Formats: sequence, C-alpha cells, structure tokens
Amino acid sequence: MLEVRDLHAYYGKSHILQGVDMHVGSGEVVSLLGRNGVGRSTTVKAIMGEVAPRGSVRFKDQEIAGLPSYRIARLGLGYVPENRDIFPSLTVRQNLQMGIKDPRRPGKWKLDDMLSMFPNLASRADTAAGVLSGGEKQMLTICRTLMGDPDLVMIDEPTEGLAPLIVQQVGDLIADIASRGLAILLVEQKLSIALRISHRLYVMGHGRMVFEGTPADLKANAAVRKEWLEV
Amino acid sequence: MPGLVPGIHALIDNKQDVDGRDKPGHDGDQSKLRTGPILDRRIAADLRQWQGARVLELIFTSTLNGVLFGMLLFLMASGLTVIFSMLGVLNFAHASFYMLGAFFGYQVSRWIGFWPALVIAPLAARVLGAGVERYGLRNVHRNGHVAELLFTFGLAFVIEETVQMIWGKAPVDYRVPQLLDFPAFSVFSTNYPAYKVFMLAVAVAIFAALLIGIKRTRIGMIVQAALTHPHMVGHLGHNVGRIFMLVFGLGTALAAVAGVIAGPALVTQSNMAALLGPILFVVVVVGGLGSLPGAFIASLLIGLLQTFAVAINVSLASLFGPLAAGHGPSLLTDVWNVSVAQIAPVLPYLLLVLILIFRPMGLLGTRET
Repeated sequence: MLEVRDLHAYYGKSHILQGVDMHVGSGEVVSLLGRNGVGRSTTVKAIMGEVAPRGSVRFKDQEIAGLPSYRIARLGLGYVPENRDIFPSLTVRQNLQMGIKDPRRPGKWKLDDMLSMFPNLASRADTAAGVLSGGEKQMLTICRTLMGDPDLVMIDEPTEGLAPLIVQQVGDLIADIASRGLAILLVEQKLSIALRISHRLYVMGHGRMVFEGTPADLKANAAVRKEWLEV
Repeated sequence: MPGLVPGIHALIDNKQDVDGRDKPGHDGDQSKLRTGPILDRRIAADLRQWQGARVLELIFTSTLNGVLFGMLLFLMASGLTVIFSMLGVLNFAHASFYMLGAFFGYQVSRWIGFWPALVIAPLAARVLGAGVERYGLRNVHRNGHVAELLFTFGLAFVIEETVQMIWGKAPVDYRVPQLLDFPAFSVFSTNYPAYKVFMLAVAVAIFAALLIGIKRTRIGMIVQAALTHPHMVGHLGHNVGRIFMLVFGLGTALAAVAGVIAGPALVTQSNMAALLGPILFVVVVVGGLGSLPGAFIASLLIGLLQTFAVAINVSLASLFGPLAAGHGPSLLTDVWNVSVAQIAPVLPYLLLVLILIFRPMGLLGTRET
C-alpha cells in the first residue's frame, strides 16, 4: 500500500533522512521505533509532504512524493501529527467534522459512532476543544483523521507525555482501529505498545532503517535493542 | 444658533452695568432689586439647559459618527486581520483595495449608477485580490516573509500610482446618490444625513453576514481552523491554498465595499489609502493580530476615540485654568494649552505604542505581534 524507497530529506543543510526504505501492506500495523532525533517524525512528514521529500514515495501504486499534502490526504493517507494539532477554538464536534473531506460522500466512520466510542468526548461535544486534557486531545486527533476515511493512518508519537492509564487507552484505540482492517504506521518510543499491536517493526538510526522484523524478532535481538533503542 | 443663545446683557455678571434703567441711587431700592435674582435664576436655568442640549447633541452625533467610522474600519480590519492570521503577513496593500473600491465605485457609478457599483466594484476588487494572492503572494511566499512584506509594500505603491495615472491626483466628483441625499433626522439642531445611516446599515449587514458565515457554515469552520493550524487543515484533505485565495479575495472585497460607501462621504482621492492605512494597522494591532472579535472592538474603540477627540475642544488649561496661572510662558504652557482636538490625530498611535508595551498580543489576540 505504501512504498518508500531511498527517501532523503533535509532541514536547511542538515541531511536528516539518508535513504529510508520501508513499506506498509494493506491492513498491516507497522511501528517505527528509534531514539529522539533519528528522523522518525521526519519520515512521516516527508511522506505527507510537510517536509520536502527526495526519492520515491508510492501510495496505492501512485507516486505521491512532491504532491501537496491535501492531495495526499485525499488519496486516503491519514496523518495524526505528534503535537496534537486540534483546532482549539472549534468545538469537539466541529473538530471531528473538520476531518470529513467531502460532506457529500460520507465515509464509513460516523460522527455519532465516534462520540459513542468515547463517552468523555461525547459529553463535551459542544465545548471548545482547547479545554480538553492531553489524552482527550490525542483521542480527538485520531478520531478526526478517521472521519476522513483513510486506508492507512500514520500516527506520530500518540502516547508522548500521557499518564500510564491514558497510554493504555490510546493503545486500545489504535488496536481497535487496526482490528477494523485499517493499515497503521505508528511512530513510537514506548516498546510495550509497539510490541503489543504491531505486525512488523522498523528501528531507525541516523536517518535510515537499521532493523526490520516481527515483534518476536525484536524481542530476540538484544543487540539491536541495546544499540538503537535503550537509553 | 440664533434665538437660543442668550443676549450678552442678560448674562448674570453684566446685569448691573448694562441695565439702562439704572439711575444713581437706584441700587438702594429694595423693591427693584427683588425682581433681579428671580430673573437671573430663570436665565441661568435656560443657559444650563442650552449647554446641556449642546453636550447631549455632541455626544449623540459623535457616538453615531464614531460607530460609523468604527464599522468602516472593521470592514477593512476584518479582512486584514484574517489575512494576517492565515498567511502570516501584514498586507500593506490592504488599504489600497479600499481606495480601489472607491474609485471603481466612482467609475461604475458614472457609467451605470451607484447601486450597480455597490455590487460590481467589490466583485472587481475581489477578483483582483484573489489574483494577487494566487499569482503574486503565493510565488513570493517561497522566499520568506520579508519578501512577502516587501511585495505588499510595493503593491501599495503600484496601486496608488496606477490610480493617479487613470484618475489623476485631484479628488474625483464621487457624490452621494440622489436617492439618499436628504437629512434622515434632526438631532436638536443638526441634520443627520440619510447617507450616513445607509453606510451604517451596510456595514452592520456585512458584519452580521460575516459572523453567520464564519460561525454557521462549513467553509467558515474550515477558515477558522486554518487561521491557527493551516498545515493540519491541509493534512485533513482541505485545499488550504484555495481557502487562502478565497479569503484574500473576500478580504479585499470587504475593503472595497468600505471604499465604495465611504467614497462619497469622504474624499475620493489617490492618497486616501495612505491616509487610512496607518489607522488600520493600529486597529489590527490593538485588537490583536488575527482576532476578529478583537478587530471589531478595536475598530469601534478607535472610531469613537477619534471622533470624540476631534469633537471635544478642551485643553488642560481650560480644565484646570486657575491652577495654571502664574507659570509664565514656557514649554509647559504650550502643552497646557493644547486642546484634545489638536492631539486627536496622535491618539490612535499613542494607543498603539501603549498596547505594544503593555499588552503585545493586543486586546484579544493570542500571539505576540
């Protein structure tokens, strides 16, 4: 579904992505692990067109590198950025409505379904989203992207800065989405969630992939964990 | 106001000197003196009433004019502040579109009349504004904010010079349409022109439409979201570039509406953009860059502030007159004798400076200017 080949990206003069190769199949849950600053977020940003990409990014057999991000989104690639960019002045309901790309062609996720999935969002459907807690904001950004009916969702650091209990909830939500057949590319630092829900994992180091395998492979490979993941 | 102003001989202080019936020794006459104070009191009451009426009249007309000026400012500031929020750039050419609105309005009025001009001129400005965004700003944007700022700066001059080439430097004869050329009502003794009431009505109607458009429509919701998080809006599959173009066009159209309706009431001249531009920036900064409610409050504030300041002819000296005596001529006496009306032009900028020092994000803004 998503094929990335020899992807490079730059911030000014620093060469952040130095030839990333990866792929995500249809309905597959893939995690992208690695320490801070190795280029995990930049990889998803480059795929989404927020950072100018060099190399090849194919989505549903179409070259998308260099397209404006709204076109990429319209092809069915959803993106949940790490900073939980909710629209603070809009209500929770409006935030969800913002996810709908074309109101004339409703997708499989309905606004009411979303709200019933999250009672604490439902009870605040008409309050400004800016007052939500960090965990609620994270739920809202994921749900908002789902409203656009994507076939693959890229979720960047969904559990960063959240309390353990909330981390558990977010993990459950992602597992729930995956169980409905959506492909997921999860950027994470917490091994526990990644190992629990992923079919396949990548570990990144210095702007390229240094490991690819199943959760079992990673558990077995102490050398990779020690060199590229553990602090 | 003949008839209302009491004659000088009736003034209390002068009574004894000008009463022609007075004869030597007359002052001692108790019977005559008794009518004096009664008459005095009646005259003093008349005088107070007359002064009171004048103050009321001043307050009433100044408030109306201030609100009107404020609403006109808002028509322009709303577009400017929204454009700033979205594109991150202060559009120096915004007031130029107000001027273009006035000149387009004038020209179309001459050809086919004022009422079609009221629709056609803003539409023309809108097309022009959208074109400027699409083919100008969007390309310049790649070179950063400074380039964009310089671009709008240059554009303002291009528009001004072009207007001068076509219509000349002298004011054009842009008149109030005959249908509205009558006094709407009289306040005390001043006639309030129907055209000003019309201007106010147009401004209020557009304000209401803008509010409903932003709060109640889907496109308004997307615009609101794009004000703070344009990238995220793009990631959700909305064409942010098209929204920018639309908003830029709408903003310039609003400025042009202000121009079309203000043109006949003020002077339609090639320097009108340069005259208004600075005040517009004051409004946007005081209200808080990017805040529509802030722009609304600041527009009214500046409108009222300027109108009242011009109307009130009071100096520190006249307020604290007796205290000032004995200072002798100095720089201080100059300051002492300056009236509020004289410092009126500086007040908005003073407010700007104070806001930037004490509340850099503006009254209702969320980010630093």
